[in-house]
Amino acid sequence: MYGLLWRALPGPWIVKLLICLVLIAAAVYVLMEYVFPVIAPHMPFNDATIEEGG
Amino acid sequence: MRTGSGPVHQAAAHTQALPASPAGPGGFGSGPRHAGPGTGLVGSAPGHSAPTAGGATAQSVFAASAASQTAYGNPPPGGGQTAGGAAAASAAGSKRTDRKRQTEYEPLGPVRGTIRAFGELCITAGMVLILFVVWQLWWTDIAANKDNEVLADQLITEWRDNPDNELPDDPDTPYVAEPVDENSGFGIMYVPRFGDDYYRTVAEGVSLEPVLNRMGVGRYPSSAMPGEVGNFAIAGHRVTYGKPLNQIHQLRPGDDIVVQTADGYYTYTFRNFEIVLPDATEVLSAVPMLPDYKGKDRIMTLTACNPMFSARERYVAYAELTDWTPAGDGAPESIADSPAYDKVGGEA
Repeated sequence: MYGLLWRALPGPWIVKLLICLVLIAAAVYVLMEYVFPVIAPHMPFNDATIEEGG
Repeated sequence: MRTGSGPVHQAAAHTQALPASPAGPGGFGSGPRHAGPGTGLVGSAPGHSAPTAGGATAQSVFAASAASQTAYGNPPPGGGQTAGGAAAASAAGSKRTDRKRQTEYEPLGPVRGTIRAFGELCITAGMVLILFVVWQLWWTDIAANKDNEVLADQLITEWRDNPDNELPDDPDTPYVAEPVDENSGFGIMYVPRFGDDYYRTVAEGVSLEPVLNRMGVGRYPSSAMPGEVGNFAIAGHRVTYGKPLNQIHQLRPGDDIVVQTADGYYTYTFRNFEIVLPDATEVLSAVPMLPDYKGKDRIMTLTACNPMFSARERYVAYAELTDWTPAGDGAPESIADSPAYDKVGGEA
């Protein structure tokens, strides 16, 4: 999987490495900024309120 | 290699002697083949006898080829040698790419390929989970604390720009804070027991986004406003998102909880706590646990999850209004000198 990605990337290894780092940074950003905030409310430790049926 | 190193040095010495010779740099570009005339020149130099010159020629030609094969790692200073070295280096380089190509075309059957892809997916999933934990336990605190500071700054600036400092007719009767729109901040809470530099903004509403996750603690919209007869109830995270009520269990009877609004400072004094189930809405009523009574006290209720990292129960802290200071009179003693109050910029 990652082997294919590595082979698909252009340029010498240093360029490939840089592209990989950029891809990883982008993935981390998307996860932290958009994905985790959507998941977090469903986690069992984030509820501080008292409500009917809570 | 080791046996060759002797002649290599010798060859280097010979060719290095060349720049000093009258042949000049022109003889250099022509490469190692011209070692013959070069050695001839060296041979003609004083101190070298003719018979040894011939020997030196043979030796240096051999040495030059030996050098060109071994010395590509560190380029020698001699011009002729450099050309030979470059050729050798390119030969070695092509050898290297050959090796790389061999590893790239590593045959991987469908079974092994699937297993490898599955393994890589598992590792990726593990990394994502670790990242989630890091985000939840560490990053949300950083983000929420920053939001908290920004919001507190906004409130202070707002209050400063629109001073509402006239004393009420009866200084002993607290001025009831004006209700605000949902999801907007209206107060700053100081709890000396939670630390000298502790302050959190108080906003309207108890939605996770944006109030509890970004704006400190939130007021239950059905409850009373600060200073109002009834129950001023707020909720806050006990862990993550800036954990405003992380130390709620440290409160001791008599501890002050000061809520600053545009109108002044409401000092509530902690009385007691209890642990209830998440649906125990009666703790929010005007007389906590007695929803049918109207009440005449000004109560404050704080709710947070219990135990930490769980939503099984709620930790509920009760406080009662014991003091009120209009904004024009400055902060009450309990927080006036605290770093939190300084940081918020309340002294202005």
